[in-house]
Amino acid sequence: MANPTPRVRVPAQAKKGEIIEIKTLISHEMESGQRKDSAGKTIPRQIINAFTAAFNGKQVFAATWHSAISANPYQSFFFKAQDSGEFKFAWKDDNGSEYTSTSKLTVA
Amino acid sequence: MSSTFTPSRRTVLSAGAIAAFAAALAPRLAFADEKMVADEIKKLYGDKKIDAGKIKLDVPQIAENGLVVPITVDVESPMTDADFVKAVHVFADGNPQPGVVSYTFTPDCGKASASTRMRLAQTQNVVCIAEMSNGALYTAKAEVKVTIGGCGG
Repeated sequence: MANPTPRVRVPAQAKKGEIIEIKTLISHEMESGQRKDSAGKTIPRQIINAFTAAFNGKQVFAATWHSAISANPYQSFFFKAQDSGEFKFAWKDDNGSEYTSTSKLTVA
Repeated sequence: MSSTFTPSRRTVLSAGAIAAFAAALAPRLAFADEKMVADEIKKLYGDKKIDAGKIKLDVPQIAENGLVVPITVDVESPMTDADFVKAVHVFADGNPQPGVVSYTFTPDCGKASASTRMRLAQTQNVVCIAEMSNGALYTAKAEVKVTIGGCGG
């Protein structure tokens, strides 16, 4: 499997107090642990089990994903812009790896 | 052919085939049900009272492809430090496992709303529980009819 690539859409600028929508997507097969290979053996589960979003080091949103989340998981949520800063998004894989992405937000 | 039953090669094979078919079917039957969802909720919140309302659960009535079913949960709340939505849990009662997703919100979100995409193995109910900062619980339920199941195989 190709390395999971996160894609995040955050507006570059926002007004103070504005509620912005953040959309994230990461390429991942999200192997559910339910499927069987051609030999009839169960393919072990390997999903991204957690997603977190932090702004200037403070966690603002988190999601725990179970095996019922689709491949290439999409997650959107909202954020109330108060100050300029940087988002850090992190995805935790069942295999222990962590994928991260950062985005800057300027509050006018 | 004699009238007494002697298992021919064909009957033995077909019996074997039926057994194999049943065995192949058995794991497919191991789905969650309403009770499992209720148990999961009990594990989280015990016997606390859960009210209806406050939640807008947006799922399609009919999903053509159970592999990718969009879901948006929107909870009514001012999202201030004193009154906000702490957590939202989503369950599906006809999947192999009941859990779908759990969200943790903070007042910084401004709005307790989140969207994702889920897999549904068959036609079933999607149940959502929201926990407010004051401990109050709300629930919402919606049925999704699935044309093609999303459990691979």
